[in-house]
Amino acid sequence: MSVLESTATELLAELAAGNVSAAELTQTYLAQIEDHDEAIGAFLNVDAERALTQAEAIDTRRRAGAKLGLLAGLPVAVKDVLCTKGWTTTCGSRMLEHFVPPYDATVISKLKAADAVLIGKTNMDEFAMGGSTENSAFKRTHNPWALDRTPGGSSGGAAACVASNMAPLSIGTDTGGSIRQPAAFCGVTGMKPTYGRVSRYGLVAFASSLDQAGPLARTAEDVALLLEAIAGHDPLDSTSANVSTPSYTATVREPLAGLRLGVAREHFGDGLDREVDAAVREAIKVFESQGASVHEISLPHSKYAIATYYIIAPCEASSNLARYDGVHYGYRTDEKEMLAELAEERKALEAAGDRARLDALDSSLVRMYRETRSEGFGAEVKRRVMLGSYALSAGYYDAYYVKALKVRRLIREDYDAAFKDVDLIIGPTTATAAFKLGEMNEDPLTMYLQDLYTVSANLAGIAAISVPCGITGSGLPIGLQLQAAPFEEEKLLRAAHMFQRATDWHTRRPG
Amino acid sequence: MNDKPYEIIIGLEVHVQLQTQSKLFCRCSTTFGQPPNTQTCPVCIGMPGALPVMNRRAFELALKTAVALNLDIPAFTKWDRKNYFYPDLPKGYQISQFDLPMSQHGWLEISDPKGAFEPKRVRITRAHLEDDAGKSMHDEAAGKSDSRIDLNRTGTPLLEIVSEPDIRSPQEAKAYLTELKLLLTYLGVSDCNMQEGSLRVDGNLNLHIDTPEGRIATPIAEVKNMNSFRAVERAMAYEAQRQCEVWRENKIKLGDKPGGHKTTRGWDDTQQVTIKQREKEESSDYRYFPDPDLLPVIVTAEEVEQVRASLGELPAAMRTRLETTYGIDPYDSDVLVNQGRELVVYYEELATASGDGRRASNWVQQDVLRTLNESQTSISEFSVSAAALADLLKAIKAGDLDNTRSKDVFDEMVRSGRTAGDAMATLGIEKVDASDAESLCRELLEANPKIVEDLKAGKMKAVGSLIGQAKQKNPNVNPGQFKDMCLKIVESM
Ligand SMILES: [Zn+2]
Repeated sequence: MSVLESTATELLAELAAGNVSAAELTQTYLAQIEDHDEAIGAFLNVDAERALTQAEAIDTRRRAGAKLGLLAGLPVAVKDVLCTKGWTTTCGSRMLEHFVPPYDATVISKLKAADAVLIGKTNMDEFAMGGSTENSAFKRTHNPWALDRTPGGSSGGAAACVASNMAPLSIGTDTGGSIRQPAAFCGVTGMKPTYGRVSRYGLVAFASSLDQAGPLARTAEDVALLLEAIAGHDPLDSTSANVSTPSYTATVREPLAGLRLGVAREHFGDGLDREVDAAVREAIKVFESQGASVHEISLPHSKYAIATYYIIAPCEASSNLARYDGVHYGYRTDEKEMLAELAEERKALEAAGDRARLDALDSSLVRMYRETRSEGFGAEVKRRVMLGSYALSAGYYDAYYVKALKVRRLIREDYDAAFKDVDLIIGPTTATAAFKLGEMNEDPLTMYLQDLYTVSANLAGIAAISVPCGITGSGLPIGLQLQAAPFEEEKLLRAAHMFQRATDWHTRRPG
Repeated sequence: MNDKPYEIIIGLEVHVQLQTQSKLFCRCSTTFGQPPNTQTCPVCIGMPGALPVMNRRAFELALKTAVALNLDIPAFTKWDRKNYFYPDLPKGYQISQFDLPMSQHGWLEISDPKGAFEPKRVRITRAHLEDDAGKSMHDEAAGKSDSRIDLNRTGTPLLEIVSEPDIRSPQEAKAYLTELKLLLTYLGVSDCNMQEGSLRVDGNLNLHIDTPEGRIATPIAEVKNMNSFRAVERAMAYEAQRQCEVWRENKIKLGDKPGGHKTTRGWDDTQQVTIKQREKEESSDYRYFPDPDLLPVIVTAEEVEQVRASLGELPAAMRTRLETTYGIDPYDSDVLVNQGRELVVYYEELATASGDGRRASNWVQQDVLRTLNESQTSISEFSVSAAALADLLKAIKAGDLDNTRSKDVFDEMVRSGRTAGDAMATLGIEKVDASDAESLCRELLEANPKIVEDLKAGKMKAVGSLIGQAKQKNPNVNPGQFKDMCLKIVESM
């Protein structure tokens, strides 16, 4: 059996049986990264020594007969938005280029406790804002299926590294679709858990009420494995749900009898690519052939989801990103240069006798803020900080933010109503397959529409998964989205596994 | 004040640091005076990804205070972010409470035992919790433009108590603060140390002036940097005078454009003036919105009742009770209660054991407090127990001791920590036997026929000389009893 062709679940068995060591496994993946990541660009930071040291320590403990964690010896890639103690965490931003957190995110602590090997930090859109990973300050990530295409975003690196066999398991984060859309574009399985299922402590916030970390892997089984390792109540995160974590690995292989699937007519409207539409309808038949019933449902407020999201998320972001001001950590503008410039401006204004502009001239503190944030943030981050600051301003707050909260509640109520009649909602993850890199650079609005089918799950706080369900004529993967009521991840995983038992889309690899 | 051509309108905002072990949203210690930035963690210094978790204890203390201030406690309260940029605010926002504070619509009763103003209720608009900012220190001495920031205080729980503009004079302002501080001390929720910043006061003041065109209001000034209650009193008085003068000069009313907006002024304690502070560069749109990192807090009616039941007796009720139970005046009950719960306990023991509430009140206010002040100690460390002092008071009442001697005995008790009886023995004070006293009396009368004559003639003053001679012969002679005895004998002669 080839290591790189195996699922994480299979590798775990091999590790347990002593057929392969964690160090060997890590070496294999490191070599794969060495060989392929130059072309793909999935990783921002790979620390081979750190990974191997960790792997060897796990092997030693295994040899000594110690009880090992759930992921004992499996390499896991981590999106560079999760704080790793003593290991640079950039969020894809110039602002945090050299930021070394003094603490681990809870997800990272849990991975370490599960004896995972942290193999590298993956590329992302700056502060998770974007749908193509092109907003990274550091590099582009290419879709392993077609290098001129995007892997999706913001967890583009997280999906691309699994698709190109550079890691068997990967952690992404999803604020409006940032796990599911890249999973769809890269032909892997990715889940956004229920809001509160996985701790946000140490997840660098983009939009706090929407952010959720989750697993990406090849199969539903592997996703179940990784979710089981990272889920759970965390006293350090007040919004983390105090509910017990089921053993997803124990149940993922059990088919769901009498599964009721909801098909929302809103998911099949204008703009849905013909091939995607066909693949999703095919997928629905696969479920029907296993005894599932299909019910047409409606999510009437979903048409407001994008607008709602692009108010709430930027509002929260504008506040969450205020801390990057150059004072305490992170990027700071060149102060000498800044002060010299300021002095020169003052001189010029004094010479011109321009009292009004002299009075309005920045203090050195304000100029430091201005320059630091202008230089440290990319265009998309600035755009959203401005959107959010505007929407929260006096006089606009009620019209934008408060109204968005009301619509958000209606969206949640749509789901509550729907889940009274069906177990899961089935539909496309994205309207199209992966688009070309650079295609939407000048068109942020079209880019925002990327989140059309995914963003409602974040607004409603429910769980959703994307599984591969086809390949387009031009050879690009297509994603099927399943959505479930809050804390029904088990249902999602079992349904996804049912589908993967009956199909082989998830086994397809690029090239 | 009626003698002034205007009415002073004052509202006070008080920030109280709650006495918790740890900060409001993290577990860092709140101990004052530690080396800079040693009491910090990823949460309170706003590290990326760090999240706040509410300190339940802080909320409990806030709830206790709110209930004691007669505030309504809504069932639902939430946290909001107040967004602004400042170097001592590492998150870029303060976690506060905006539109749904944890308490609102209460009052605090103030009065002045000397009658400087009528007793009144100052309404309290709201009290809400928030986290404190850090401290910026501008290092100008070093000749650099560098500022240093100490984040030890960042995240300390503050309760902001906002009064309605119900205060009508600097004296009332001081009385409000004194009563508030006393209440907080009784509740044990804050040490109220103004020097360490545990209690900070901002005063909003303007004037209502009667003019031929009707009553007008002057522009409001918010006065900051007042670091004692005395400073508040003086700053408010100064500011009222200043606004009056400015009004006479420019006639600018509240709301006029330009010049009628609210301004911020700082109290300069050395010069005893308020000075206009620079207007904030950025307009103060704080872009408040609910903090998505924190859950709302639900408070049940049962919880509020539990808190109410646990408050214990508060100063206002205690004053009234002392007056009715022990027959003392409002002035006395005020002095006693203002000294704190422990002193009141001592007083009550003394009053009960001695059976004389007024005498006990006088002794506590004069001798006990003087001794405590001189030795800089508290009542809990006082060497004379209430029971021991009660014996002394009883001896005085029984006429066994005169005033001067009783002070000597008290001083001896303080010095030795012994009972009244022992102290009297040490000083050689013993009760003079009635027959001894009588024979001494007869002896002296015999030796002083002139005095006897005077007394018979009704010149009562003459007895003083007899008492003086008696005390020389026996210092333990009770002057009052001796006098009575002399008069009785003279009468029968
Ligand atoms: Zn802290």
